[in-house]
Amino acid sequence: MQTVFSVGTDALAYGMVLFVISIGLSVTMGLMRVVNLAHGAFAMIGGYIASYAAHMLGFGYAVAILLAVAGTILISIPIERFLFRRIYGAPELTQVLMTIGITFCVIGIANYVFGPTLKTIPLPDMLRGPVDLGYRSIAAHKLFAIACGVVVAGALWFLIDRTAFGVKLRASVDNAAMAGSLGVRTRIVYAVSSAVAVGLAAFGGIVGAELLPIEPYYALRYMVTFLVVVSVGGAGSIPGALLACLVLGAIDTTGRYLVPEYGEFFFYLAVITIVCLFPNGLLGRKR
Amino acid sequence: MSTVFEARHLNKSFGGLAVAKDISISLARGDRVALIGPNGAGKTTFINLVTGHLAPDSGTVMFDDADVTALSPTKRVRQGLVRSFQVTRLFSEMTPAEHVALAVLQRTGRSGRMLGNFQAMQDVMAEVQESLHSLGIDHVANRRVSEIAYGQQRLLEIALALALRPKVLLLDEPAAGVPQSDTSRIETALAALPADLAVLMIDHDMDLVFRFARRVVVLAAGAIIFDGSPQEVTQDMRVREAYLGNYANARSAA
Amino acid sequence: MAAEQTISPASKATSGPNWLLRDLAGLAVILVLAGIGYLLFPNNLALLTRITAIALLVLSLDLVTGYCGIATLGHAALFGAGAYAAGIAAAHFGITDPIIMVVIGAIGGAAAGLLAGAIMLRGHGLAQLVLSIAIVYLFHETANKASGWTGGSDGLAGISPDPVFGLFGFDLWGRTAYVFGIVLLVLVFLLLRVLVRSPFGMLCRGIKEDPVRVSAMGASVNATLLRMYVISGAVAGVGGALNAISTQVVGLDSLSFTTSAEALVMLVLGGTGSLYGGLIGTLVFMWFEDFVSSINPFHWLTIVGALLIAVVLFAPSGLYGTAVQLLQRIRDKR
Repeated sequence: MQTVFSVGTDALAYGMVLFVISIGLSVTMGLMRVVNLAHGAFAMIGGYIASYAAHMLGFGYAVAILLAVAGTILISIPIERFLFRRIYGAPELTQVLMTIGITFCVIGIANYVFGPTLKTIPLPDMLRGPVDLGYRSIAAHKLFAIACGVVVAGALWFLIDRTAFGVKLRASVDNAAMAGSLGVRTRIVYAVSSAVAVGLAAFGGIVGAELLPIEPYYALRYMVTFLVVVSVGGAGSIPGALLACLVLGAIDTTGRYLVPEYGEFFFYLAVITIVCLFPNGLLGRKR
Repeated sequence: MSTVFEARHLNKSFGGLAVAKDISISLARGDRVALIGPNGAGKTTFINLVTGHLAPDSGTVMFDDADVTALSPTKRVRQGLVRSFQVTRLFSEMTPAEHVALAVLQRTGRSGRMLGNFQAMQDVMAEVQESLHSLGIDHVANRRVSEIAYGQQRLLEIALALALRPKVLLLDEPAAGVPQSDTSRIETALAALPADLAVLMIDHDMDLVFRFARRVVVLAAGAIIFDGSPQEVTQDMRVREAYLGNYANARSAA
Repeated sequence: MAAEQTISPASKATSGPNWLLRDLAGLAVILVLAGIGYLLFPNNLALLTRITAIALLVLSLDLVTGYCGIATLGHAALFGAGAYAAGIAAAHFGITDPIIMVVIGAIGGAAAGLLAGAIMLRGHGLAQLVLSIAIVYLFHETANKASGWTGGSDGLAGISPDPVFGLFGFDLWGRTAYVFGIVLLVLVFLLLRVLVRSPFGMLCRGIKEDPVRVSAMGASVNATLLRMYVISGAVAGVGGALNAISTQVVGLDSLSFTTSAEALVMLVLGGTGSLYGGLIGTLVFMWFEDFVSSINPFHWLTIVGALLIAVVLFAPSGLYGTAVQLLQRIRDKR
C-alpha cells in the first residue's frame, strides 16, 4: 500500500512536470506545424537562470522563477525571430536539423558557461520536508509540482476556452489561412503563443528541477520525452497532452520502482506501442 | 459495346451528411463520358469511391465483370482502373522519361528490380520514346519536370496514366490551369486516346466537355440528376436549375 | 518556348555512358583518398578505419533519408545491431573469420532494419520521428540489460578475428583493418550505385516525392520502403561489423541516439540523395571532429550545432549538392 501510494504521487508529480514543460510545445506544434526538438533547451535555460539567480545573486525562490521565465523568453525572442521563422513550412528534415542544431549549441554553451555538473535550485523552507496529509506524508516539492500542473492546466483551459485570445488561437490552430482572412492577426497569435510556450517550459524546468535535474545534457536527455508527450497526446490538444503526461508518468515511474534494472526499457516499449496504435495521438485529429 | 465498369447504387455519408446518394453509372469500352456538377456536388467523393480511397456505405463497384468494392486502390490500378490528378502530382526531381519508364516498369512487374537500368531495357525505352513523341513532349524527355512548362506537365500526366494501359481512365480536370494557348494540345491528346478505352472525364470547362464527351452525367448534391447526350443536357430543366443556369441561357441565346 | 528549344534535349545527368564514367571517377577518388590517408597518417589508421565504418552507416542512412524521404534519428540501431551480431558471433560462438563476421553483421543489421522499418512505417511525420528515437533507445536499453551477451556498459570484449583469407592478420597498426574496410566500402558503394539507378531505386525516389502518386500507379509504397529498410540495415550492419572487427570491442555508444544524430548531420552536411554527399560529409565531419576535439573538446557540440544551423540556412543541399549546382550554373552560362 505504501508503495502504491508513493508510486502514485511520484507518477502524478512527474506527469504534471512533464505537462507544464510540454504543453507549450504541443500548442505551438499544433499551431505552426513545426517539429521542434529544441523545446527542452528552453526548460534547461530556465533552470540555469533560476539556479544562477538563487545561488549567485541571492534572490528568493519566487523572484528566481520570475527572473528565469522572463530571461528565457528574452533569450528565445532572437532565436524565434532569426532561426525558427526560417523553417516554418519547410520540410520536416530541415526542421529537425535546425532545431537539433539549436539544441546542440545550447548544450555546448551551457557546458562551457556552467560546467558539466548538476545545478540545484534551493527550495524555500516551505517546500522542504514532508507534508502530512493525515494518514500519509508527501514531499512538499512534489505537492507543489502537482499544484503547479493543475494551476497551469486550469489557466490554459480558461485562456483558450473563455477568452477572446483563445478563440483566435483555436481558429489559427484549425486553419491559419482562414483565421487570417477573418481578421485574426495570426502573427501576433504566433508570437504570444511562442512566448507563453517558452515561458511555461522555463517554469516547468524550474519546478521540476528536483525530478529532472538541471545539467548540460538535459535538453538531449528529455528531448524524446517531450516529443513523445506531443505525439502521444496529439499536437495542439491540451486534454490529450494531459492524458499523455499522466499515462507516460505512470509508466515511467512504475517501471523505475518495480524493475529498476531494466532502466527505461519499458518506457520506450510503451511509447512504441502507443504510437503504433494511435499514430495521430490519443486525442489527436486525423490530418 | 461491352460494359467494362459499373457503379451500382453507391451510398456514402459523413456523419449525417449524405455525399453520395444511390449513384449508379456504367461505362462501356470506347465510352467518352463527362461528369459535371457544381462545386460540392460530390465529384471528389465519387472519384474516391471508384478508386477505392473511400469505402461506400452500401453499393458495389464492378470492374471487368468482377466485384472490386473490397479491393485496395493499388490493386484496382493494377487491374486497369487508372486515374489522373486534378493538379499535377508529378515527381519534380525526375524527368518525363523516368516517369513514363516507371509506369511501364510497374505495369510489366519490373519496378522492384534492383539491378540494371531502364535505359538499358530496349522495350521500355522504345515505349517511353513513343509515348512522349505521340504527345509531343519528347524534346523535354530528359529535363527535370520542375523545369518544363505546365502544359507539358499536364500532357505528361496523361502519358503516365496511359503507360499503365488502363481499361478505364478517370481524367480529373485534365486541362485545369493550362494557359489558353496550350489547351489545344491537350485536346489533341484527348482526341487521340485509344479507341477502346473507356474514359470518364471530370471537368468544369463546358467548351471542353461539349467537344470531348459523347455522353454527359450531371451530379448535384450527391445524386445523379441527368445521364444523356450533350445535346439534351442543355435542354434539361433540372440541370439548368442545378448547374448550368445562366451559362446555358447565354449559349442558347447566342 | 524558344529558349527551351535551344537547350540540347538530352541533359547530361541521365544519359548512358556518363553515369558509368562518373561512378568510375568516384571510385578512383575514393581509392586515391584512401591511399593518401594511408601514406599521410600511418599512425592514425584506426581513425581512418572508424571513418570508413561510419561512412557505411551514413550511406545506409542516405538510402532511407535521401532516397525515400524518411527522417530518422534512430539509424544507429541498425549499425549497432550489426556490430553486436558480429561481435557476439566472435566472442560467444567462436566465429572469427572476418568475412563471415561481416556477413553475420549484415544479416543482423538487415533483421534490425526489418523490425525498425516495420515499426517506423506505422507512423508519419512527428510520430515517425518519435518512433525512430524510441527504437534506438529501446535497442540501447536492451543491449545494456542483456549484459551476459553484450557486456552491458563495459562493452563486448574478446573479439579476435582471424587473418583475412588466412593470410593477412589484423596487426597492431591497423593496416589490415584499414585495407579490409576500404575494400568493403568500395564494394558496398558500387553495389549501392547500381541499386539507386535500378527501377527499384527510381521507385523509391518517386515515393520520396509523392507516395500517393506512386500508389496511384499501382505500386505498394510500404512494401517498397520496407525492402529498402532491410537493405539499408544490411549496409549499416556491414559498417557495424567492420567497427567490431577493427576495434575488437563493441560499446553501447554504437547504439546511441548521439551516433544516430551525428550520422544524420554528416549526411546533410555532405548532401542527401547522391551517396557521394554522404561520403564527403562523413570524411569532413569526422576529420573536423578529430581536429576540434584535440584543441578543445568542450566546444565540439557548439560547433556541430552551429554547423547544422549554417548548413540549413546557407547550403540546404549540402557540400556535394551545392558544388554540383555551382558547376551546373557555370556550365549553363557557357
